[in-house]
Amino acid sequence: MRSSASRLSLWLLLTPFLLWIVLLVLLPHLQMLRVSFQVRESWDTLDWGFQQYQNFFSESYYWRTFVRTGVMSLFTTFLTLIIAFPIAWYIARLARGRSKGLLFLACLIPFWASELVRTYGWMILLRESGVFSAWLQALGWADGPVEMLYNDVAVIIGLVYNGLLFMVVPLVTTLEGMDENLVEAGYDLGGGHFTVLREIVVPWAMPGIVSGCIVVFMLTLGSYLTPILMGGKDSAWFTQQIFTQFITRFNWEQGAALGVLLLVLSSLIVWIGLRVTGQSLRKVMG
Amino acid sequence: MTSESDLSCSGLVRRFGDNAAVDHVSLNVPAGTFFSILGPSGCGKTTLLRLLAGFDRPDEGEIRIRGQRMNEVPPNRRPVNMVFQHLALFPTMSVGDNIAYGLKRRGVPAAERQKRVARVLEQVGLPGTENRNPQQLSGGQRQRVALARCLVLEPTLLLLDEPLGALDLKLREQMKVELKHLQKAFGTTFVYITHDQSEAMVMSDQVAVMKNGRFDQVAPPEELYREPATPFVAGFVGDNNRLAGELVSVREGLAEVRLDDGGLVRGRMASQAPAVGERAELFVRPESLVLAGEALKPDFSTVQASVDTTLFDGANSRVEVTSSGQTLFARLPQDGSAPALSEGATLQLGWDPMLARVFPAGGA
Repeated sequence: MRSSASRLSLWLLLTPFLLWIVLLVLLPHLQMLRVSFQVRESWDTLDWGFQQYQNFFSESYYWRTFVRTGVMSLFTTFLTLIIAFPIAWYIARLARGRSKGLLFLACLIPFWASELVRTYGWMILLRESGVFSAWLQALGWADGPVEMLYNDVAVIIGLVYNGLLFMVVPLVTTLEGMDENLVEAGYDLGGGHFTVLREIVVPWAMPGIVSGCIVVFMLTLGSYLTPILMGGKDSAWFTQQIFTQFITRFNWEQGAALGVLLLVLSSLIVWIGLRVTGQSLRKVMG
Repeated sequence: MTSESDLSCSGLVRRFGDNAAVDHVSLNVPAGTFFSILGPSGCGKTTLLRLLAGFDRPDEGEIRIRGQRMNEVPPNRRPVNMVFQHLALFPTMSVGDNIAYGLKRRGVPAAERQKRVARVLEQVGLPGTENRNPQQLSGGQRQRVALARCLVLEPTLLLLDEPLGALDLKLREQMKVELKHLQKAFGTTFVYITHDQSEAMVMSDQVAVMKNGRFDQVAPPEELYREPATPFVAGFVGDNNRLAGELVSVREGLAEVRLDDGGLVRGRMASQAPAVGERAELFVRPESLVLAGEALKPDFSTVQASVDTTLFDGANSRVEVTSSGQTLFARLPQDGSAPALSEGATLQLGWDPMLARVFPAGGA
């Protein structure tokens, strides 16, 4: 009686989780995998094959965009880490009491608005008739309006901004747990600033660094709005290709194949990242 | 050992706001000695140690190590290493890498590094543990790794910040002796801070007793015990009984104190002496008190007391008594010759006035 009751409560607890995993994660992906291997022969006949994957490799525009998206996402992740680390260090180790909470809040506030609003914010600053352009002209450093939008730099600025919080949070968490004496011991035994950072702080923060990098990389790789709004029509982000296939060209088979490839790419890079840094997913996410 | 001093400080002051955590401290530590700074928590001893290590700068005064002024030298350039209270072994490195860290910073080549790490591990009694992770070691072993990590650099001065505090009692007793032996074997000058008077007494050549940012007394352990310079030292170092009264006369260094219940007792006058007619405190150690009848000599001072309880603790067995409202402890003789002391029984306690000390009241 008791055991059946506890078993029932276990199932009740597990049900939402199982529903989520099966309906929202497993099923759509399996469906997409299936669609990606279907070749449409005519309007009502389907065959199985690798046609869509062959298209990807034979059409250079596809795989170039793919590689470009991957490389730019890696670069964005790296840049986010470089910017977030000093911020996290300050919040975790130097700020005290109220100022610590305020700084954390300052990082959080932009995320009360949607990605769309945040991106428009940057567009107001960077566009030809925008704030920065006006300042440059007012200061006499530019003769006419300067267009700072619609290039790769603008895209990366937007992406870094969107990823920053997700890098800062895990970094603050790991750095807060570090014993101050470890840093002091690093100096005491003859290390300089750089040595202490490289030999003691970074190895200690590695779980936070890796988990922050994974989240930011995934977000960046899969982002759609920021590249399209800040990069303009030439931004060529891989998610746009998928969107085009599904919505514009109504070629679900090709879109599904590209989606599967994106999933494989992100999983592969995360796996490589974990291997290179010697971390395990359990340690990083736990 | 020469008498050349490894560390000398003069007039060190470190203030936090209005409060001087270290207040005009001067000290001199001869090369190769074990120097302890003993004090209750909050007395400024950790602040003093951090000044020596270079993590903090003094507001006034000068720190010299082997004659070299150190005030402006950052911690990584000082010939000083520190064993932290919680050891601060680098958890992301193996034992070998922990020890090699400092050598690496000095540019010692890898082969030489390996040799020196192996040698120092052998010296601290942990040969062949280079590849172990610090977390896999026991508390005592980690302690030794932390020591080895510093000693491999052959510092002029090794600072130790209560490193035994985290160990259990048995291991602490063992490490006390071991630390002293290691210090002798390496010949390095140790500056050790602790709030545990037994640690300081057992290990040190010299002990400085610190209170409210100042040194009350700097002396070898035995002198500290036998000739405390201040009432604080008398009360803090070792067990002591305290009897309050009024100083009535002083003759040939012997002070006579009228206790609050009217009894007259005597003890040696401390250098810091009260004037006749002032309140005074007489300190007498439990082992100096003799139970009446035992070996009571005519010139001994005596008080009447009633037995509260006996505390059996092997060689350290004591009897707790009350005399004119004050609790006293007396050591029980070791041969079991003590009379049966039933609760409430009255007895006479006596002491040789030369073994008691009289200080002005209210010192601590």
